[in-house]
Amino acid sequence: MLTRPEPPPEAERARAICAAHGDRPDALIEILHELQHELGFVPEAALPAIAHALNLSRAEVHGVVSFYHDFRRSPPGRHIVQICRAESCQSMHSDALCNHATASLKTGFGETSADGEVTLQAVYCLGNCALSPAMMVDGRLYGRVDPKRFDQIMTNTRKGAQE
Amino acid sequence: MTRVFVPRDSAALSVGADEVAIAIAAEAKKRGLKIDLVRTGSRGLLWLEPLIEVETPKGRIAYGPVQPEDVTSLFDANFLSGARHALSHGHPDDIPYLKRQERVTFARIGVIDPVSIADFTAHGGYEGLRKALEMKPLEIVTAITESGLRGRGGAGFPAGIKWKTVHDAEADQKYICCNADEGDSGTFADRMLMEGDPLTLVEGMTIAAIATGATQGYIYVRSEYPHAIATLKRAIANAVEANYLGNDIRGSGKSFWLTVRTGAGAYICGEETAMLESLEGKRGMVRPKPPIPALQGLFGKPTVINNVLTFGAAPQVLARGAQYYKDFGMGRSRGTQAFQLAGNIRHGGLVEKAFGITLRELIYDFGGGTQSGRPVRAVQVGGPLGSYLPEAQFDLPMDYETFAANAAMVGHGGIVVFDDTVDMAKQARFAMEFCAIESCGKCTPCRIGAIRGIEVIDRIIAGIERDKNLLLLDDLCQTMVDGSLCAMGGLTPMPVQSAVKHFPGDFDRPAKLEAAE
Ligand SMILES: Cc1cc2nc3c(=O)[nH]c(=O)nc-3n(C[C@H](O)[C@H](O)[C@H](O)COP(=O)(O)O)c2cc1C
Ligand code: SF4
Repeated sequence: MLTRPEPPPEAERARAICAAHGDRPDALIEILHELQHELGFVPEAALPAIAHALNLSRAEVHGVVSFYHDFRRSPPGRHIVQICRAESCQSMHSDALCNHATASLKTGFGETSADGEVTLQAVYCLGNCALSPAMMVDGRLYGRVDPKRFDQIMTNTRKGAQE
Repeated sequence: MTRVFVPRDSAALSVGADEVAIAIAAEAKKRGLKIDLVRTGSRGLLWLEPLIEVETPKGRIAYGPVQPEDVTSLFDANFLSGARHALSHGHPDDIPYLKRQERVTFARIGVIDPVSIADFTAHGGYEGLRKALEMKPLEIVTAITESGLRGRGGAGFPAGIKWKTVHDAEADQKYICCNADEGDSGTFADRMLMEGDPLTLVEGMTIAAIATGATQGYIYVRSEYPHAIATLKRAIANAVEANYLGNDIRGSGKSFWLTVRTGAGAYICGEETAMLESLEGKRGMVRPKPPIPALQGLFGKPTVINNVLTFGAAPQVLARGAQYYKDFGMGRSRGTQAFQLAGNIRHGGLVEKAFGITLRELIYDFGGGTQSGRPVRAVQVGGPLGSYLPEAQFDLPMDYETFAANAAMVGHGGIVVFDDTVDMAKQARFAMEFCAIESCGKCTPCRIGAIRGIEVIDRIIAGIERDKNLLLLDDLCQTMVDGSLCAMGGLTPMPVQSAVKHFPGDFDRPAKLEAAE
């Protein structure tokens, strides 16, 4: 007799989150947010379980995951640094901040540093445009970020993570 | 017990408001002083954040910008009784920036505890709903129409007409959807209202529900606004508890339920039909219109979609009457607009003023010119799809029709200031780049056109056949205008062409060496 392979644990979590949302297909984006919040990203292995629970095709779920910029397909670094690259921050020389960030973090936008410490992302507006340049680190918003303040914030972030 | 107010608006938090609150609590404890620390929204004088206030017998006294290291000296100076200090600004309402404003929608912001029903009602909250519950649905719609209120999300469509369409539609279910996607760079007023006075939005949506017969509402908030989402959820829970939401609202027999939904980082989901798709759990692909959402919106049902500030204006229209609201403004732009001073600006923040104020007054009288101290060269008004305006146009009054007649738009009221170091060719390139990144992908002129646009502008910057490529850029823009389903592709030419028109020199600079290779 064939034994069915164990479902991956991601699939288990996905199923539970779907159930908590009453398996409603319109809750798909909320479900993906919750899954990413728990696991750090949306693993491929969770998608069939979500599709099954919500009675959607796999292609539909895949289409949603790939459409939205928020959803990550692979695990991020320990810290997530998001720098605003939209007009308001441009007017306050976010270009220079971005160059400083890529050089000091030793990683490009959309990438994770080799040591797995940080994932650097571009975002387009954090709604802090009177205090540009703005950035978000692990969900915390910062305003008036120049290269010097950037270094301070990163030092504190790393220190905070150790404590 | 002395009440001390410290904002918990995201902007204030971004420059250390939490640390200041912690320092104040610790210092008070150390000195054995009892204080009541209240977290509020922000008054909108964002360059002064963290701006704290103390309640004294003579009214509130403001201090800012306060850093944790200032806290000891504030206590030493006896700020708890409103004493003088280098950071003191006296009564907040007397600060010229605030005093010269016309705070209608934002009257309570920074004053009250954002999620307290008691604070809200003590400051006039739910007065509009109370009136609405005494009126016939059609009378509510008529009041909104007569107030002249137009959509604050960008397009400026009359709110009353939309509400009337949903009111008149026959359906077993109708919806109220609030567009809180606020993706435009240079805007933050929606966020400030949701964080600082969310019950005003809740009240406005409830009025819309009663006017149209809807029983379920959604607020679609962008994921970049975690504090707004958390505050809204708490405010809604408190409103349900106090029976201002839910079944049989305040014994009226009317029901309305409200749910907060989170976006997922897609600018296009601010476009109303893409937002509906997203609310249904799908990719944010723009729907063709017709059918209009007012007839076939969420799940195919009649749906009112309005911006946060459109709903936010409704309570005052009801509470004080359509005429009160209509008396603000000019031409067909009635009421107040929440202007947002952003970018390279000395006194950035929120300025609620009647339509008709000029850009110059906003940038200089309120904004104090640039943060860098250099001359202002350009301002982008109305978000990433809005035009860049030169100094010569700073005397235009903020009015939908005047701006439209000058190939510009008021949009959601964001004003991003640039100093004379700006390179307008680079800004034009970015407009195309943004369109390429954020296009939903449905129309070729938008999806592919924007990428072509980047390439053409790159050639212009590199000095390759400039005249020919400028003509090509014009053609391309025309194709985008003509062949795009929505304003993403259709309006991207605005910032591009305004930059070329008003700042031609920036497209005719000696080519940079590396670019010319
Ligand atoms: C690309 C694009 C982005 C938009 N983003 C927003 C937004 O973030 N918030 C908003 O209220 N309206 C936005 N709109 C306008 C909406 O489509 C719609 O007109 C508005 O939500 C209607 O509400 P109102 O009449 O109260 O303004 C956007 C439109 C387009 C084309
Ligand atoms: S113009 Fe662009 S964003 Fe709008 S529907 Fe077409 S492809 Fe989508």
